[in-house]
Order: sequence, then structure tokens, then C-alpha cells
Amino acid sequence: MEWGLLVASLATVVVILAVLYRPLGDYMAWVFTTARDVAVERGLYRLIGVDPRSEQTWQAYLRSVLIFSFVGVVFLYLIQRTQQFLPYSLGLPPVPEGLAFNTAISFVTNTNWQGYSPELTMSYTTQFAGLAVQNFVSAATGIAVAVALVRGFAYRRSGTIGNFWVDLTRATFRILLPLSIVAAIILLAGGVIQNFAGFTTVDTIAGGSQVLPGGPVASQEAIKEIGTNGGGFFNANASHPFENPTAWTSILQVVLLLMIPFSLPRTFGRIVGDNRQGYAILAAMGVLALISFVALGAAEFAGRGTAPELAGSPMEGKEQRFGLVQSILYATATTLTSTGSVNSMHDSYTALGGMMPMINMMLGEIAPGGVGAGLYGMLIIAVIAVFIAGLLVGRTPEYLGKKIGPREIKLASLYILVMPILLLGGVALSFAIPGVRDDMEKTSIWNPGLHGLSEVVYAFASASNNNGSAFAGLTANTPWLNAALGVAMLLGRFLPIALTIALAGSLAAQDKVPVTAGTLPTHRPLFIGLIIGTAVLVTALVFFPVLTLGPLAEGLM
Amino acid sequence: MNTSLRSTSRTLGVAVRALLMFTVVLGIGYTLLITGIGQLLMPSQSNGSLVRDADGDVVGSSLIGQSFTDEDGDPLPEYFQSRPSAAGDGYDGGASSGSNWGPENRDLIAAITERKAAIAKFNGVSEDEVPADAVTASSSGLDPHISPEYAAIQIDRVAEARGVSADKVKQLVQQHTQGPDFGYLGESTVDVLELNLALDRLKG
Repeated sequence: MEWGLLVASLATVVVILAVLYRPLGDYMAWVFTTARDVAVERGLYRLIGVDPRSEQTWQAYLRSVLIFSFVGVVFLYLIQRTQQFLPYSLGLPPVPEGLAFNTAISFVTNTNWQGYSPELTMSYTTQFAGLAVQNFVSAATGIAVAVALVRGFAYRRSGTIGNFWVDLTRATFRILLPLSIVAAIILLAGGVIQNFAGFTTVDTIAGGSQVLPGGPVASQEAIKEIGTNGGGFFNANASHPFENPTAWTSILQVVLLLMIPFSLPRTFGRIVGDNRQGYAILAAMGVLALISFVALGAAEFAGRGTAPELAGSPMEGKEQRFGLVQSILYATATTLTSTGSVNSMHDSYTALGGMMPMINMMLGEIAPGGVGAGLYGMLIIAVIAVFIAGLLVGRTPEYLGKKIGPREIKLASLYILVMPILLLGGVALSFAIPGVRDDMEKTSIWNPGLHGLSEVVYAFASASNNNGSAFAGLTANTPWLNAALGVAMLLGRFLPIALTIALAGSLAAQDKVPVTAGTLPTHRPLFIGLIIGTAVLVTALVFFPVLTLGPLAEGLM
Repeated sequence: MNTSLRSTSRTLGVAVRALLMFTVVLGIGYTLLITGIGQLLMPSQSNGSLVRDADGDVVGSSLIGQSFTDEDGDPLPEYFQSRPSAAGDGYDGGASSGSNWGPENRDLIAAITERKAAIAKFNGVSEDEVPADAVTASSSGLDPHISPEYAAIQIDRVAEARGVSADKVKQLVQQHTQGPDFGYLGESTVDVLELNLALDRLKG
């Protein structure tokens, strides 16, 4: 029965994504390849002072990404620190320095880690003029970087890889904004609120009183999912009935957050001129995702653990309208992408169930991953896979006609090292520094024993992969975690981006080598299997030890 | 000034202007557009699906759960009871939250044990009949729903406290039971506030 409903829900999502794959993917390919600017865009380019026809070298492209993101962090920090003077402050004080620093990085890096309770911390103006704006532009930045890498494969002997400002503007206004308007209106119809009413107190029929929150939620909810951001307007995120009122809005949000990442392989195939290459990447993503959905389903349906068995079902931290099935669907989708919004509390999942979101993130969020970030992450894995295959047969590896030489493989190798180092390093330091360890045990960790370690591992997995979901029992608003997770988010976002853009530059500069009998075809099942194997191998060996200390030990005891 | 510094400061200018432009269009323009559409076309949903009692006073939202307890926090027998809540002191709309207790957390195990016994006693049923949603806190702490199973074990108690027939209460519960969306998405639910409002109307 439960399995039947999970399969039916999953099939619904798959069918909608399949219908969207070609039109959305082709549309995005057109957006980033057309030479025509709309009149409004030409006005915008004049206003901000860029020439849309001039392409950038990879260094200039990267510099633009970094400077734009830096300005975003500064602006978001300032808006939080001055929110008491801005409209709709709700009487809230400025956000404290450490938390404002952490949150500014969190939203600019597309993470949306929230070390705070929004309704007690953030004014409406901070949310819609600060956080929601970054929800758009951080997502657009991710898409732009992915497109730059795809151009690296498509261009021949080119010194440039596109123009960041054009990619950013088009991703925002031609893709994210129209989709968000449509999605916000549908969410409104479902009951998501959109007002500026502040908090209202009502007298309840039982003779008590209750506070009801307001806020411009639907507008933010739409882009939060479409841009795989995930930052909740409320503390309970998408389990709050005002963010996600019904089971159908929940599955709609799952579709919204998977839609662009799963269509980008089509965009990739289109731009490199071979749709089969897109299908191969899509297939690798799809297989990994499917395994993950089934694994979490198995864990939660089995319901192992003292508390779930006592209650009869792992319903702690889950909403009645979603039940197990819609919670499993959402938890898997949100951690396979870089979204991190939740419709249930992952901290209260069964031990093995709670491990699955962690594994999804540790996989590097490539199946399908965040908007843009998932595609460039998966293409890096494909480059590694090509290299391994080349080693096996003793030929110079090539992918899409580009030689994967020493420079390319160095960049790709560095890329896959960044996240594990940040994740494991962060966890290790949290327990190795005596003062910090004390603070972790006394203040931050909420659940005792093995589960406490899981909370910390989850936090660093989430930050270094720019996911943003949490084992939310963890109190993260401490000097150490604000700083350490802030650094993990920053490096976890921009080191891979820098390496990706450098790779794009070095690929674009190459000519294409002709296909010969010895060329490994990169659209066949063999290569798809090779990508999947590489992805699992790269992560499984690294993270297995730490998982045995946390969720595996808790789940098997 | 060398070229790299000059191009960096030029890019900085572009970035600042771009972010300001995005803030105006996406932060303010987009938010106002959606607010306008919501307030004009869907005012009820936009303002939180508020529900009123017989006198027309707003008593809550059909989407946000409530406590039906007396001043001491004890459950009122004449009202259907909601799920346990970890939002503030219970159903605090200003502080949505789950408990975040892990599956082996001793506090959670103790709480479930205690709730199970209390609910069984309160409703005069055996502990085996108490469903999972009755003894677990929701994710938001504001879950407006309970399962039909939890509603079922409360019918006799509510009927007795109100002095109406159990059949009549049962009929109301059935009217307020909603199946899964499109027949297969999500679980069957009973909206507790709406059910309790209907009960109050029955009396008056």
C-alpha cells in the first residue's frame, strides 16, 4: 500500500519532468545561444554598463562571478544589520554580526542554511529585498557557470566562454522570473499566504489566544524551490502550512525544485550539438536519484528505532497531510538537489532514513543537483570517468572531442577534493579543538549519543554542498558554527566554481579532435554505468567511515 | 593604476549597479506583483484562510492547528484534540518548530510513552488503539490535521462531554474527513479546528 503510493507519487513527478525535459531544456539552450536581446534587456545592459556582445575570457568571467557575489554578501549583511530602520521591521532588532555574516554567505552561495528562526529574526524587507533577491541571482549564477562549462565543450579554439552579465540577466529574466510568477500564483491558489499583515492575535474557541503570522510568502516560496535555494520564510520551512498547505502543493514543490536541474542535461546536449550526450547525463542522474528514493522509502516504511516502533510509525517531525510518502519524496528531492527546504524534520527520521539525505549530499549533489551546480558537478564526474576509462585502455582520454589532458584532469581532481575536505575537516575541527568541542557538546548538539555526531556531520555536509537543510536540533547560531559553516559554504561554492570556469577556459581553447574507432562513445549504457560508478566510488570510500560512527551505528544497534 | 586593478574596479561598479537593478525588479517589483494578484484574485488564501465562528469573529486559520485546552493546559473533553506540538508552548504561530528529537532520544521515548497512556485513559480506549499521529509532534508544530483513526477514538468522549449522540458526532467527523488529494497524494485528514467549530454550531 505505502509502496504503491510512493511509486504512484514518484511516477507523477517523473512524468511531469519527462514532459518538461525537451521544451524546457531546448528553451534554456536557446536563451543562452541566441544573439538577440530584448529591448528591455538592452536598456538594462546600458544601465549597468556592459556590452552584451563582448564575450569574456575565463578569467574575466570568473572575476565577474566573484565580484558580483562579493557585492551580494556585503549588501545582504548590511540589510540585516539595518533592518530596524527599514520598512516592515516587525519591531525586530538588527541581526547579530555573526549570524548576519553566516546568513549573507548562506543566501549568496545558494545554500540557504538558516542558523536562526525566521519569524523571530528577519523583517519582511530583509526577506523580500535581500534574501529573495539572492534566491534569484544565486540560482542564475549557478546556471551561468554551468552554461560557461558547456560552451567550453562546444567552442573551438576560442579565447572566451561567454559573458557573465548576459548569462546572469537572461537566466534571471527569461527563465527564473517567468517560472516563479506562474508557480507563485498556483501556490497562492493552494493556500500559501501573501500579505504584509505582520502578526495577528486571535481569540480561539477554547478560550485561549493564538498568534498567526503573515508575510509575502508565496513569492518567496516559488523562487526558493525553482532556484533550488530552500530558505524558509518560517522556521518550519515547507512543513509550515502557510508555506505548503496541502499534499498537492508539496508534490508541486518537488517538481519545481527538480525541474531545471533535470532539464539542463537537454540544454547541454543541445549546445554541444548531440542530444544523446544530454540523455546519457540525464540517465546517470536518474538512476542515482531513483536508488535514493527507494532507499529512503525502505528505511522509513520499515520504521526501525525505539521511538518510531513505540509510536507505531516514524511520524515524529512529519505532518499528517503529507504522511510518510510525501515526506520521503520531499526529503529525497531536496537533498539530491541543493535546495534544502524541508516538509518534515530530518533529525527525527529513523537512523538509517536520516542517513539517506546525508548520502545524497555527500554524493556531491549531482543527481540532479542544484540549478547549474548539478550539471557542472556531473560533467566533472564525467571527465573523471573518461579519464579512468582512458587509463584502462591506454589511450588519451577525450570527451566530446576535447582532450582531457593533465591540466583538465588536475582541475577536475581538485574539484572533487574540495567538498570532502571541507566536510570532514569541519567535523574533525569541531571535535578536535578543546574549547569548540565543549561548546559543541554543551550548546550546539541537541540529541545525545551517536545522533549528536550525525547532527554535526549533517551540518557540514549541508554547508559544504550548499544544500541548507539540517538536522535542525543542532543549535548553529554559535560563534564557531556561524564562522566554520560560513567558510564551508563560501569555499564549497566558489572553489568548485573557479575550477569549473578554469576548465571551461581550457576546453574552449582546444580544437576538436576527430572521432576515431578508438574513441569511447559517451552516450552508451557502458559510459552511463561508468559515470555512476565513478560518482559512487569517489564519495562512498571517503564518507563510509564517518557514516559508521553516526547513523549506521545508530541504525544497526 | 594597473589594468587588473582598473578592470576590477570597473567590474565592481557593474556588480553594484546590477544588484541594485535586481533588487528593485525582483525584490520589490516581483513581490508587489504577486501581492497584488493574491489580494485581488485570491484574498482569502492570501490572508491565511481565516475561519470565523458563528458571531463572525476570526478564531483562527483552517490551515493552522490550535490547542483545545484549559488554562492549565489540560485537554478539554468537549473538543477534539490536536496532535502534540513543539511550537513554543504548543501551537504558537509565532514560533513554528518540530521537536527535532532523534529516534533513540530518551526524552522522545518518555514523551510517547506518557502521551500514549494519557490519551488512552482520556478517551477510554486501550493503548493499542492510539495511532502514531496522536503521540508524535508534527514538523511545523502547527499541523491542523489529525488522522481519521485519532478522530475515531475521540468520538465517544466528545459526545459524552457535550451530551449529544455519538452518531451525530461521528457524522460530523465523516463530513470533515478529507481523503488524499486526487485520491492518492498525501494522507486522509481531519481538520480539527473546523470540526470543533461545527460541533459548537451543533450546540447553538
